[in-house]
Amino acid sequence: MITYMLCLVLFLVGLYCVLRKRNLIKIIIGIGIMDYAVNLFLVLIGYRSGGRAPIFSKDQVISNMVDPLPQAMALTAIVIGLSLTLLLVSVAIRIYDRYGTFDITKIDRLKG
Amino acid sequence: MIALFIMIPAAAAFMIALAGKMHRRVPQAVSVLATGSLFILSIACIVMMAQASSAGRAPILIFRTGNWLPPAGIPLIIDALSAFMLAVMNLIAVSVAVYSISYVKKYTDTWKFYTLFMLMVSGINGVLLSGDIFNMYVFLEIAAISGYFLVAFGTEAEELEASFKYAVMGSVASIFILLGIAFLYSRTSTLNLAGIASAVSAMDPNEGVLLLISVLFLMGFGLKAALVPFHGWLPYAHSSAPAPISAMLSGVSIKVLGIYALARIFFNVIGMSPAVSGVIIALAVISMLAGSILAFGQTDIKRLFAYSSISQIGYVALGLGIGTPLGIMGALFHLCNHSVFKSLLFLNSGAIERVTGTRDLGRMHAVASEYPVVGYTNLIASSSICGIPPLGGFWSKLIIIFACMQAGRPALAFIAVAVSALTLAYYFKALTPALFGASGLAESRARADLPLSMAGPMLLLAVLSIIGFIMLMPNTANKLLKDASSVLSEGNSYARTVSDTFIPPADTARTPKARGGLK
Repeated sequence: MITYMLCLVLFLVGLYCVLRKRNLIKIIIGIGIMDYAVNLFLVLIGYRSGGRAPIFSKDQVISNMVDPLPQAMALTAIVIGLSLTLLLVSVAIRIYDRYGTFDITKIDRLKG
Repeated sequence: MIALFIMIPAAAAFMIALAGKMHRRVPQAVSVLATGSLFILSIACIVMMAQASSAGRAPILIFRTGNWLPPAGIPLIIDALSAFMLAVMNLIAVSVAVYSISYVKKYTDTWKFYTLFMLMVSGINGVLLSGDIFNMYVFLEIAAISGYFLVAFGTEAEELEASFKYAVMGSVASIFILLGIAFLYSRTSTLNLAGIASAVSAMDPNEGVLLLISVLFLMGFGLKAALVPFHGWLPYAHSSAPAPISAMLSGVSIKVLGIYALARIFFNVIGMSPAVSGVIIALAVISMLAGSILAFGQTDIKRLFAYSSISQIGYVALGLGIGTPLGIMGALFHLCNHSVFKSLLFLNSGAIERVTGTRDLGRMHAVASEYPVVGYTNLIASSSICGIPPLGGFWSKLIIIFACMQAGRPALAFIAVAVSALTLAYYFKALTPALFGASGLAESRARADLPLSMAGPMLLLAVLSIIGFIMLMPNTANKLLKDASSVLSEGNSYARTVSDTFIPPADTARTPKARGGLK
């Protein structure tokens, strides 16, 4: 139970970063932290008590194993998070070329 | 055959990435061929489903990837709703591909544009086909991330800023969706949509987890669909993107990644409770009002169209929230109509930008007299969105208003009519001086002319918006719309149809026990 609470705290830390930080790079890091929290949550929900890692080996009899499907989902989500981080960082670098700053309160040329 | 919908655009994307630099016509030819064949394929699917339903079989096509049975395998499913939306969205994709031939000449490295565009098309098709919730999430991310890249394609300062804000908001929404999928999996132990549907129907509907999952999905997909508290990214992204990409984003992405995913999950999988439909109706009403009111002061033509998109998606969400069969039919018809009109309007705005050199409504005068194609297609699309009979938009709004009255909520019908009047007001206030005003005020500058590859798709979409009422003609096209809406209105028929109908795998020695099992 305590691990789920800590996972939620990690998610909220990431959300706070995205909402309140002014530096573009810190916002990107905040999105990364939220990604990690959700991946951690995915792996946690696969846990079966007393289970071992879901790795197939020929001469062992497997009695109890954790659920492998959320681990597959977490791997896919990690890859998606990678491509998203790649996009965000490259856009942030180009924004620095154009605007000269990373401060999001100053990057405001589009009127509402 | 169903997998071709995803394989063709993905293969086209990789082919363009490998061979696109050889000659500048290669990416254009490949993308037009790919999207054209996708559109023909989607029409073929509709024909096959009509044949199947007239022969008495259930109108559904299932492809099990790798011949693995669920819950381990991922099925790709075309039912009436998916077929309907595939046809509409691939039509928009073809138009945008043809339009881009001339439009992207102002950018360098045009093969990158086409690669990203084909990846976006494959993501959209994947979301429409997917029978597995995590597969739907993966394709949703493919389409969304391609969209973030494409909004930033021009790499001007404003486009980059818009892309960054869109990407941050969109990725927060995707993380909420993934969290919802994690909770759903932890409760039902299956990712298959039909399997989740049968597991959820066996649960107590008042469970707290279902409420949490509903809220997370509403937040996540609501942002993709630009319902009002989550609409902040849309004016930035749609006005700063290149015009064909604005057409794709506004005509396809917010419909498929937002409304279709929301409808599929809430109608077929989780089940609409009165609380959820109440929330959707509330969000829809606020979207309709806020979109219209915010559109009044806009001077940039693309921003005007972006706020109008928010308002019209509110109409679609209103029809879905009401939940009666007539309401769902009106919502789907309005979704199809709005895709056609809004794409036409955004392609038009790109054409206006090319022929007059500006996007500011205050500086354009009498476009229609000098460029009749641009001016009159704009007039047709705007009139259709405002709901002027006998163009298509009138019929779909009428059905939604009737559905509100029929469901016993005349207040909603009154709001829908009022918003329609507001729509008429801001469109004609903004566009009449630009299109039909006095031409003496125009500055003299070098006039560009409109190439055929830009005019062709606009004319096609304008013709389609005029004849849009064909979808309502009884016993012909009406059947398609009715089948599509009945998939949603009889929510649990989805799970039953999927588990009863399948294409048997290659080995015929099947035990009866393994036949119908989706658990």
